[in-house]
Amino acid sequence: MTAQTGDAKRPNWGVTLLLCLGALTILFPLYLAVVTALKTPQELANSVFALPSTFRWQNFTEAIRLTNFFTAFRTSALVTVSVVVLTLITNSLVAYAIARNQHKRFFRYLYYYFISALFIPFPIIMLPVVRQTSAWGMDNPYGLIFLYVVYGLSFNIFVYVGYIKSIPRELEEAALIDGATTWQTFWKIIFPLLAPMNATVGILTCLWAWNDFLLPLVIISDPQFATLPLVQYIFQGQFSTNYNLAFASYLMTLAPMVIVYLLAQRWIISGVTQGAVKG
Amino acid sequence: MSAITEPNVSSTSTTAPPRRRRRRDHTYLFMALPAVLLFFVFHTYPAIQGILYSFTNFRGYGDYDFVGLRNYLQIFQDERALAAYRFTFVFAVLATVLVNIIALTVAIGLNGNIRFRNFLRGIYFLPNILSVLIVGFIFNYLFANLVPRIGEALGIAALSRNILGDPQLAWTGILFVAVWQAAAFNIILYLAGLQTIPYDLYEAADIDGAGTWQKFRNITFPMIAPFFTINMVLAMKGFLQVFDQIVALTGGGPGTSTESVSFLIYKGGFDGGQFAYQSANAVLFFIVLVVVSLAQTRILQRREVEA
Repeated sequence: MTAQTGDAKRPNWGVTLLLCLGALTILFPLYLAVVTALKTPQELANSVFALPSTFRWQNFTEAIRLTNFFTAFRTSALVTVSVVVLTLITNSLVAYAIARNQHKRFFRYLYYYFISALFIPFPIIMLPVVRQTSAWGMDNPYGLIFLYVVYGLSFNIFVYVGYIKSIPRELEEAALIDGATTWQTFWKIIFPLLAPMNATVGILTCLWAWNDFLLPLVIISDPQFATLPLVQYIFQGQFSTNYNLAFASYLMTLAPMVIVYLLAQRWIISGVTQGAVKG
Repeated sequence: MSAITEPNVSSTSTTAPPRRRRRRDHTYLFMALPAVLLFFVFHTYPAIQGILYSFTNFRGYGDYDFVGLRNYLQIFQDERALAAYRFTFVFAVLATVLVNIIALTVAIGLNGNIRFRNFLRGIYFLPNILSVLIVGFIFNYLFANLVPRIGEALGIAALSRNILGDPQLAWTGILFVAVWQAAAFNIILYLAGLQTIPYDLYEAADIDGAGTWQKFRNITFPMIAPFFTINMVLAMKGFLQVFDQIVALTGGGPGTSTESVSFLIYKGGFDGGQFAYQSANAVLFFIVLVVVSLAQTRILQRREVEA
């Protein structure tokens, strides 16, 4: 990144080689997962490493049928997309109200209130919130969406407020002078300017909502509303005799995020870095 | 609308007129209050409830009485709970240290003058985007089927059977998977830190004849001290709450040898009829987490200043 033009012609092959070897420890388990998903049980018994003689795509169709994959996929997709959209719209708005009023005691305390919740581990609210959500008929994907959006507030307010403070107030004041309301100012001026933080929050929220296991595990009581990780858990016992089907099912659960990652790798890495360094 | 004439007078002014500011306050309140209420109802209120239940003998249903501190006192005599705390702490400390050593080493490599830099970075970050549960399931299979075959081929007795089935060794499997996955995140953070170091520092050190180790000790490590603090605190906080890996790899077993505190609260609270007792455990766990995080931040930040 810094001025290294002189050395750029002589790459350090020793370090490159070591890093490639290290990368194998990441790729090898994934390679095994892929080949296992494409084998017959017989082939798997003969050799764990080898490529299958023919790709057995039936493993995937069979896994789709057994796990009701598309039902769970729709649930996970609905939850993830809704959570990301609602989080970006609502959490940034709350953060804006707090960031622009920090000179007032009330909003300053609100900020501390949200931030201090970052320290509260989920197990402490887990038992009561499960009783509460089931009593209120929220033990379904909609309750789940709702909880993700609310539970994201702590961290998201933290990163948004830090960012909003760096946006000059003059922009908003100019808009106010032109007769815009505070709402209009937020949507037309501030929200577009939040793009880098929206990307960060969006990516982290997306990964969280798609991969999370504990919250669906305790909230969702009806198996027909299970998210993808929950389905893998429920069917794991059933699959223990047929690893090929299990791995096909696992891969289909991992695939959407891997595809998103391949398409948006640069933004994901920088987004995660920004969020974490703030956090 | 009536205000339109007013700003024209002071269109260059940077402060809004006071009368207007007061009206804007209501908008800001309206923006923030619904979220605050919802957060209170679904986060703070359950937390308070959890704390209240921790002083009762509630089983999750039926009647209950207040029992004072009895639950708390019992935890300190409960061998299963104490074992969970021991396991969680040993696991979290080892995992935090291992992850940071590996992540810093890899990040320094990735920051160096290497080929395929972007490609390698992409690979090393990949585990972070994968579901912890599914990764656990995949490794569960590898520990049960692949590792024993390799162990036999190499004649290593300890690896010739499924380590996850051995109460003495199961924790090493969980540690391996947790570190494999968590290193990704810390690598990227260290990499971000390394890129903030000006290259001239190394050039100056080269002129002074510093060796590789000296450059690391006197330039690299002090310069990324804040990133070291963040990584240590975040890793420790995350590993103390280990849950998904345990479900996927051992289910707390064999016996109760790999039960973490989070796992014990979940299992005892929902399946074991220990709602109030595990609520007390959760409150205790919360105190432990806060104390550890604060102590860590305090100590590591002091080191930053000295460095």
